[in-house]
Amino acid sequence: MAGNREFFNRRLHSLLGVIPIGLFLLQHLTVNHFATDGVDAFNKAANFMGNLPFRYVLETVVIYLPLLFHAIYGLYIAFTAKNNVSRFGHFRNWMFLVQRITGVITLIFITWHVWETRVAAAFGAEVNFQMMQDILSSPLMFAFYVVGILSAIFHFANGLWSFLVSWGITQSPRSQAISTYFTMAVFVLLSIVGIQTLLAFV
Amino acid sequence: MAEKTVKFIIQRQDNENSAPYEEEFEVPYRPGMNVISALMTVQRNPVNAKGQATSPVTWDMNCLEEVCGACSMVINGKPRQSCSALVDQLEQPIRLAPMRTFPVVRDLQVDRSRMFDALKKVKAWIPIDGTYDLGPGPRMPEKKRQWAYELSKCMTCGVCLEACPNVNSKSNFIGPQPLSQVRLFNAHPTGAMNKAERLETIMGEGGLANCGNSQNCVQSCPKGIPLTTSIAALNRETTIQAFRNFFGSDQD
Repeated sequence: MAGNREFFNRRLHSLLGVIPIGLFLLQHLTVNHFATDGVDAFNKAANFMGNLPFRYVLETVVIYLPLLFHAIYGLYIAFTAKNNVSRFGHFRNWMFLVQRITGVITLIFITWHVWETRVAAAFGAEVNFQMMQDILSSPLMFAFYVVGILSAIFHFANGLWSFLVSWGITQSPRSQAISTYFTMAVFVLLSIVGIQTLLAFV
Repeated sequence: MAEKTVKFIIQRQDNENSAPYEEEFEVPYRPGMNVISALMTVQRNPVNAKGQATSPVTWDMNCLEEVCGACSMVINGKPRQSCSALVDQLEQPIRLAPMRTFPVVRDLQVDRSRMFDALKKVKAWIPIDGTYDLGPGPRMPEKKRQWAYELSKCMTCGVCLEACPNVNSKSNFIGPQPLSQVRLFNAHPTGAMNKAERLETIMGEGGLANCGNSQNCVQSCPKGIPLTTSIAALNRETTIQAFRNFFGSDQD
């Protein structure tokens, strides 16, 4: 497989973006949506997630390792491109550029987000409704979370489109067009979920 | 009344290593003229817009009917063939530049060898030679022949590589052009006998997986070749090939 390393890495990068990272994003947005039902509902859900058996194994295998690979290899991919939307302003070329920009924003956001919640928890802070309320009480942090969450959701939705192409599922121009509509609908719907949750904390 | 002229701003370069510079030219207008006929006028009378004598501008050309691909250059920001670029349809001043994705030889002339090397690498041909008569090959279904014919229109012009954001000096991506040829030769019933070999080549370094789906290639191809459909079809073929290589036992 040595000769196929690049092929393998690229396909792994594409796969990990959807499974498990994409699935984790869906789960994370869903569980956090409990915040719209009030403080107790959110704390109960956060407690359940935070006290799952084998939590560290789950976090490492499902979140940290795949995310680390996807992020590092993704940066390499992003910085080997020579963007040219000024010369070729087609829709897909814009999506190509935005996919790379949102990827970098999402990485910055997630790094900060993990630092502020998981790393803080390791040092004894309690991850609950109050913690998020404190973080989001600053208008600057609220804006940062809006941009970060929208970037992550866009990167996932559009990444789903390229996943379907990269694995050879959508081949015809028609199937690729329809999957564009589908993935953009995913972006809009998940964005509503994400923003609703954020608003519940203020 | 003053004679009607067409203004050209040409990006020039004296040799492979020298710095590019711009030079302006005013060419007398003739009805129906194309970029090449204007360049030929400059060649006959190499005087720039300031009236100074200069060296004639060089460029590549051959067929003059958009089937050879040799005269490709960047015209008003878009890579295309200069033979089919009609002056009447272009915004003036007309800006000409070489396709810098390729090494510049001189002025608008570039070295397109990398594409021919890529065709050799992916074995974009059908091996039929033998020590005895192999007889007629298998027949090809008509429907397949029709779409394969579209892929065979590729003239190795380089426009798709120039348009691709992932083909550049920082990346080793071979680009859309040889990939679509792999689909063409794998579609041929005799060519299909070397299908796995071609797929494994494009699964190597700088191969298929480097495509980032910007789809500039299919938007830019002067021959309307469905390059991104080819790439997606090869994505499926290589997925299957990868599974066959790892889990399967029957190799071909």
